Amino acid sequence: MKRIFSVVPVLLLLATPWSGRAQGTFMTKTGRVSFLSTTILEDIEARNNAAAAVFDLNTGQLALVIPVKEFVFKRSLMQEHFNENYMESDKYPKATFTGRFTGADAATLGWAGSHEVQVEGELTLHGVSHHVKVPGALELKNGQLLASAVFNVAPADYNIEVPLLVRENIAKIVSIRVALSCDVVAGSGPKPTRSSPLK
Amino acid sequence: MQLPCYTLFSLLGLTAAGLAWAPAARAQTDLLHQLEREVAEPAKREVVAATFKGTRIINSQSVETPGAGTLAFLIQHRFGTLNSGAYQFFGLDQAVLRLGLEYGLTNRLTLGLGRSSQDKTFDGFVKFRALQQATGVQPLPVSVTLLASSSLTTLKFNETPDRSLTSRVSYAYQALIARKFNENLSVQLMPTLIHRNYVATAAEQNDVYALGGALRQKLTKRLALTADYYYLLPGPTARAFRNALGLGVDIETGGHVFQLHVTNSRGMTETFFVPQTQGNFFSGDLYFGFTVARSFTVSPQL
Repeated sequence: MKRIFSVVPVLLLLATPWSGRAQGTFMTKTGRVSFLSTTILEDIEARNNAAAAVFDLNTGQLALVIPVKEFVFKRSLMQEHFNENYMESDKYPKATFTGRFTGADAATLGWAGSHEVQVEGELTLHGVSHHVKVPGALELKNGQLLASAVFNVAPADYNIEVPLLVRENIAKIVSIRVALSCDVVAGSGPKPTRSSPLK
Repeated sequence: MQLPCYTLFSLLGLTAAGLAWAPAARAQTDLLHQLEREVAEPAKREVVAATFKGTRIINSQSVETPGAGTLAFLIQHRFGTLNSGAYQFFGLDQAVLRLGLEYGLTNRLTLGLGRSSQDKTFDGFVKFRALQQATGVQPLPVSVTLLASSSLTTLKFNETPDRSLTSRVSYAYQALIARKFNENLSVQLMPTLIHRNYVATAAEQNDVYALGGALRQKLTKRLALTADYYYLLPGPTARAFRNALGLGVDIETGGHVFQLHVTNSRGMTETFFVPQTQGNFFSGDLYFGFTVARSFTVSPQL
């Protein structure tokens, strides 16, 4: 029994170099970003399927560009107001994030399953940048890098003005959901494999 | 000039630290730039939105239509003239009202229905966004919306036999041509034809031609000044009636738009305000009025 305990770590150590080192750059132009504002009076939801993202697994860096005008609302008038008055999309057409993820690296990402990561960097919305740190998840599956994160943003922090009359209709904290399926960029490194040392 | 040793060292240290940090920071922005380069489509076509706040400017309809699946409910109100004196409470004792519904069948095609208390008139219209101002690939300098409306008065005339149905109907045809010059300024031109099946006097023509102009100038994000004007082309109507002029403000409260205005026209549909305006704007024949629009989403976009 005792021997098994010592064998497992050794096996792990041996296995690590053989497991697929997830390398290279992954990218998407059709990432999904949605947000939800919930108040007693109403729920406001909008979806965007045109977010672009790039992940560099070698360095742990990532960047995200969201075209603000691509958000679709249930109500067309709301969508117009969102672009015209709240986000001022003509002036600030893109929301961006640039930063790095920690908690998983090129080696561990090769293992099957979802990996919890911490994402840290600059979020720029409505022309205002803030340093943010949010939890996320990364998974390599069928040659794709799946990334997801759910985090909160306070519109007031980004100088997004809410008129008095609808102040009760729009949440102080808006929940943002990001789901990206990135494909490997050709020539950015060996194709990652899915082998796991524990299999 | 002699720098103390420790200053030199600390400078060196700072430089070294700076050098060590720089690549990481640069790599991050490089990644973002690389991504932005990847996604930057050469001058993507973008339709110019929100040329006007609502589907109405003051008297005129704007190039805007409710989006697909949106039903707009309009309450339009005109009080009496401001110069009617204290006895009439400066016009507030009298009012004409138009209730309207506008439904966006698609993002381009809208059907509307309305009922004005003036002459007990029903009206219906079809509005089609033929062209939309756009930037990028295949740019378009203007938006063009075509409007055809008809109205039917159900007033009881003291005539025996009473007037026939066809004699009660009038038509209006407009091409609304608008350009949003910048975030704040939008201008609209409106060549107009009014056809009335029946007119009582020779001074009123069956066909009246007019050219309208309107503008919107934003003052703040949610407040705008508006104006619209109709020039009647020379003829008996132009001699007997006045050109309709309106000045107003648009106040956006988030959910809906309040439009407050003064105009020399009492009627709120094209067949009234284009050929039948009688008030003299500059001698105080001003009707104070407002338009409130409330949008209901019948079929959501999501």
